[in-house]
Amino acid sequence: MGALFIRDARLGLRAGGGALVGILFFLAVIAVVPFGVGPDLKLLARIGAAMLWIGALLATLLGLDRLFQADRDDGSLDILIMASDRHMLTLTVLVKCLAHWTVSVLPLVVAAPLLGLFMNMEPVAIAATTLTLLVGTPAITLIGAVGAAVAVSLPRGGLLVSVIVLPLTIPVLIFGVSASYGAIEDPAPFLAPFLILGAITLFFSVLGPWAAAAALKSSTD
Amino acid sequence: MQLVAERLSGERGGEMLFSGLNFTIRSGEALLVTGPNGIGKSTLLRIAAGLLRPAEGALHLEGKSAEYDSLGSASHFLGHLNAMKPALTLEENLHFWQSFCGIGKRTVLHALEMVGLADIGHLPFGYLSTGQKRRASIARLLVSDRPVWLLDEPTAGLDKDSEAQFSEFMQAHLADGGIVMAATHLPLGLPHSRELTLGAFV
Repeated sequence: MGALFIRDARLGLRAGGGALVGILFFLAVIAVVPFGVGPDLKLLARIGAAMLWIGALLATLLGLDRLFQADRDDGSLDILIMASDRHMLTLTVLVKCLAHWTVSVLPLVVAAPLLGLFMNMEPVAIAATTLTLLVGTPAITLIGAVGAAVAVSLPRGGLLVSVIVLPLTIPVLIFGVSASYGAIEDPAPFLAPFLILGAITLFFSVLGPWAAAAALKSSTD
Repeated sequence: MQLVAERLSGERGGEMLFSGLNFTIRSGEALLVTGPNGIGKSTLLRIAAGLLRPAEGALHLEGKSAEYDSLGSASHFLGHLNAMKPALTLEENLHFWQSFCGIGKRTVLHALEMVGLADIGHLPFGYLSTGQKRRASIARLLVSDRPVWLLDEPTAGLDKDSEAQFSEFMQAHLADGGIVMAATHLPLGLPHSRELTLGAFV
């Protein structure tokens, strides 16, 4: 399992791996927002957390369709599935998700504080948004794994994955953004939405790989 | 140990390809599955690997060691695709499959020497020629131990020397008590092999 993690992480970092694409997309989205919204610093600060979350959500969805498709295209997926008595397929999927998150999504979380400055956010708001991204983005990857597994046999499933996955990630977005606002706006709570966000991630770390493994098993034609 | 098929039927896209297939492959035996294109050779192998469900009947391994739960987990599968990542080097690819599928009798370096690729193990897999890629995926069969080899057109793209070499690997595997089931159009150079010819299903 460690070997699988290392292999997928290496593939993400090597040329054409797509780890950089997500972060460039994230940067582009956030850099464009101030031009669209205008030079109203107060407004930018107010929508900052939401913009970071939407940017991170879309950037995360960007590379998800290749999660299993790359393995299917070169025949590796067959062998991963055949080894399911040795390594439970659910666990294999979980490890692949973790590797994908570490290489493609963790850099987005690391870049979020810097991009928060673009949005004129307060330090507390930046810290809160980064923390919620750290806790919430694994859920997006894990939900996305289900979509990626369902669309694995489709030749151009990329957009389809996003369309399948996007509605399911709305709760993550809602609680992530409301926890970020809870940290700066006084009457709004921080802890309650933050804990729910953590619960969503834990919930999907069980359900996501299980559902994705079931979809992969029935896709081997 | 023997691989037994009982009244095995396979279908693809709702169309019955073969039906009522009975055969037994004992330890040390090879079964060559032949027949025209589209007759169901690959489907039969994928059913054996557990990647497809048989339409009827069953295929199982009798007298296997407790190490393997099913036929699929006791098998190496070499399909049309090589199951290697073009961006990783040959050694990285093989090390990964070895640690994922279980460490066998041979080291990665030894397996690469056997297929004659030891001096280019540091190259990314994507740089290799078709025949070299095939030899690399044959090395994957050598780095982990499995009693059953399921081979789908294993010699596609190989030159004469590599074919002979691969035939030696298969004979060594059979002499070890292994089982080989191969779909092929070409003779694989195995002296004691049986042939199963799939015909048109009526």
